[in-house]
Amino acid sequence: MQMPTLAFAYLPLILVAATAITVMLGIAWRRDHRVTVAVTVLGLALALVAQVAAWQVIPLTTPLLAFDGLAMLGGVLILASTLACAVLAHAYFETFQGAREEFYLLLLCAAAGGLALAASRHLASLFLGLELLSMPLYGMLAYAFHERRSLESGIKYLILSAAASAFLLFGMALLYAQTGELELSALMVSLTDGGAGAWGLAGAGMMLVGLGFKLSVVPFHLWTPDVYEGGPGPAATFLATASKVAVFAVLLRLVLTAPAFQGEWLNTVLWVLALASMLVGNLLALTQSNLKRLLGYSSVAHFGYMLLVLVVADGLAAEAGGVYLITYVLATLAAFGVVILVSSATDGEDAGGLHYYRGLFWRRPFLTAVMTVAMLSLAGIPATVGFIGKFYLIALGVEAERWWLVAGIIAGSAIGLYYYLRVIVTLFLAEPGMHRRDASPDWAVRAGGLVVLGAAVLVIALGLYPAPMIALANAAGGIIAP
Amino acid sequence: MILVWLIVIPFAGGLFCWQAERLGDRATRLIALATMLCELLIALWLWGQLDFQLPALDGSDTQWALEYRLPWIERFGIDIHLALDGLSLVLIALTGFLGALAVLCSWNEIVRRIGFFHLNLLWILGGVVGVFLAIDLFLFFFFWELMLVPMYFLIALWGHSGSQGSTRIGAATKFFIYTQASGLLMLVAILGLVFAHHANTGDYSFSYAVLKETPLSPTMAFTLMLGFFIAFAVKLPVIPLHGWLPNAHAQAPTAGSVDLAGILLKTAAYGMMRFALPLFPEASQTFAPIAMGLGLLGIFYGAVLACGQQDVKRFIAYTSIAHMGFVLIGIYAGTELALQGVIVLMVAHAFSASGLFILSGQIYERLHTRNISEMGGLWGRLGSLPGFWLFFIAASLGIPATANFIGEFMVLFGTFPIAPWVVAGASVGLVLAAVYSLMLMQRVLYGPTQDDTPLRGLDTREFSMLLSIVVLLLLLGLYPQPLLDTTSAAMGEIHRLFDTPSQLLPEAR
Repeated sequence: MQMPTLAFAYLPLILVAATAITVMLGIAWRRDHRVTVAVTVLGLALALVAQVAAWQVIPLTTPLLAFDGLAMLGGVLILASTLACAVLAHAYFETFQGAREEFYLLLLCAAAGGLALAASRHLASLFLGLELLSMPLYGMLAYAFHERRSLESGIKYLILSAAASAFLLFGMALLYAQTGELELSALMVSLTDGGAGAWGLAGAGMMLVGLGFKLSVVPFHLWTPDVYEGGPGPAATFLATASKVAVFAVLLRLVLTAPAFQGEWLNTVLWVLALASMLVGNLLALTQSNLKRLLGYSSVAHFGYMLLVLVVADGLAAEAGGVYLITYVLATLAAFGVVILVSSATDGEDAGGLHYYRGLFWRRPFLTAVMTVAMLSLAGIPATVGFIGKFYLIALGVEAERWWLVAGIIAGSAIGLYYYLRVIVTLFLAEPGMHRRDASPDWAVRAGGLVVLGAAVLVIALGLYPAPMIALANAAGGIIAP
Repeated sequence: MILVWLIVIPFAGGLFCWQAERLGDRATRLIALATMLCELLIALWLWGQLDFQLPALDGSDTQWALEYRLPWIERFGIDIHLALDGLSLVLIALTGFLGALAVLCSWNEIVRRIGFFHLNLLWILGGVVGVFLAIDLFLFFFFWELMLVPMYFLIALWGHSGSQGSTRIGAATKFFIYTQASGLLMLVAILGLVFAHHANTGDYSFSYAVLKETPLSPTMAFTLMLGFFIAFAVKLPVIPLHGWLPNAHAQAPTAGSVDLAGILLKTAAYGMMRFALPLFPEASQTFAPIAMGLGLLGIFYGAVLACGQQDVKRFIAYTSIAHMGFVLIGIYAGTELALQGVIVLMVAHAFSASGLFILSGQIYERLHTRNISEMGGLWGRLGSLPGFWLFFIAASLGIPATANFIGEFMVLFGTFPIAPWVVAGASVGLVLAAVYSLMLMQRVLYGPTQDDTPLRGLDTREFSMLLSIVVLLLLLGLYPQPLLDTTSAAMGEIHRLFDTPSQLLPEAR
């Protein structure tokens, strides 16, 4: 393995880290919101290009990181959603009282952590990546610290995330004690070969708790709605997209490369978690009247659906996982983007309450169209990309004959429709006299608006012609490095 | 290519209407009307041009009069595969005609946000045409679900808030959840079929013609058939999956009711004839007694519950359940005569139910009530409207000379050799139909009047709409042969598939 090739694979990570340092030095020298955003966006865009270009050199493995198809796809998704968050944050923090620039520093650090996590194949890189991803998020979530809810959400995430990390570390320690391995695939092999033993089982279970917390899978989902609701829009968006993509990518690599992970008990645990997440997430979302909370519960349900990929881990699984991640990220970005645009015009708490959106269609038809498309996509209606994702998952379930999980997806979708439709119909109802909050009139020609419109257009375009997305996921799923 | 245009025209017309709102109400309505008339004219032109007497029996691939194919998602062998035969053509022409009526009947009823209203209206029709043309199962499912979204908006945004605390949004949501959840069951069944085919051949395909040949174990075939049947049964609707229908009808605006009763219910019958029967002939044979029993149940249930309704649109909705019972019996009898009768009955019911819904809309515009007990004695107050009301009730009752009579007669006649007892039961149901029809007529038109002031009579638009339906119903009732000729090849093919046991299939081909 020559050095230049390896440097090529590392380039996105290096670029993101370099941008973070540049931004930090820039802030130390002179505060300027617009320049900071420009540097951030430029750095992320370059990293995205490098990430796409790095596709040429995979698969590559180093002792710590595996640059394979999954890492590439995860990297592209993480960088794209970070880019979207940075642009949206510009609109969001324009009227913010206080230091605005450090947010981008935190965002870049978290993105670097996400990239490392998505590519990790070693317990050390896994833990480093996860912590680098989580630590900046505490700051980002509590960024609007003069809002009580933002502060609350930051602290809540800090405490619970730290607890989850403790579980993860303890689990790792137990596994190391049992097997003497830190490399994930070797670890898995020796676990099956030598018999897991009580300590091994406990270790794997604890790691599952730690990672499940990050994915907000039932029963580790309790933080999700509060944190989503309280955190500033861009931070919540990052949490919902990039952070979850990274964790899911590493889990997917784990189950795909180590067939041992398909041991009887772990599989059972996974499918119980999946079923519980689908049903509980959707049922709890039913009564929400706050859009950000609703999106939180909806993401619980969506990761419940996605756990099906981990349960099956065969055949179409890698491809289905890739496709579903793409569909989920696009729709979530569009939905959160609208919330951010509506929230940004005024100070104070985010426009989470559904009543702010009543009759939005008659004031901002295209913004409403974006939100409608996002909701329909999350609900999995044809002509949106969400349908392709749902199609893949059901196909995967039918192929593997996991009828309970297929039934769970159908029941979950039927329940989910109720609240997605409620959001949609609210947008179109007659306008009330009160509670007006609105995006700025020229939202569509500003950078944030373009990001949101772009996501919505992609949702429709890939929904109608999914072949490029499928090819991408297929290519990514085809190259998995152990 | 013309098949693609049939689908694209309503969608494009809908977008034009949305943007034409700024040009004024009249322009929007005219564009919508022109779109639907264009659709209708293309369908009629095709009817004149094409030959539907195709020798489908030799088993070659020419059961379609027109075909269009374009690769779509090659990973799974999914094509944009459209095809037209007599059955789809008749239903598309019906869609065009009822679409134009739906635009016309909302001319004065809908006054708010008409651009968006017509967008939804035309997109429903575009989705329905897609359902009638698609023979790739993925594409079929795509359109099947796609048409729900605009229908949801139509009911939720322009509907009436009903009595007894049922809201239009509730009704719309119920409709959507019922149909979407059952649709996902169909998706599972489609995928089950595709993977069964994949296991046999190693290829993915969603093509109707390819999947028809998939050998399945009887249990598997029966399970998959149930997935299809439940999705179609919800839409038809079949007892006990009919819960959404009365609410959706009662709460929908007139145009929505016309579309629902006239076209959307027909997509279910179409799906059964096009997919459920030919894909799973043996399983459908096994299931036929249950299906016919459910149809019989529907006839009685719909008729009995209709008698108790106070809301005139709910009343008509329940009579629709009864009529669809006949359709279900005819489909699962599977003889050529019964299947032909199903076509006539579907067309006739589309006309008569739409006529009744349009009339209820017109009564509502004048009296501002849909409560039957607040009507009464309308005969003397309303010019020619009661005359039409009488005619459509007579038609839905199945009086000879109307198309409904031909349809019901052919269904019963065609079913008799297969299941005489079902026919006997259904005939008793006809008596119940007379009871509820006379009740509806009596309570709306005759009896003591609530008020003596004369109401506004029908204007030219309303009069010509109703007259055109009356003429069509009489024409089909007196001379149904052109319709039967068009669909006979398609129905013969379905009958052949349904009737031939699977062991003989290879020889027949």
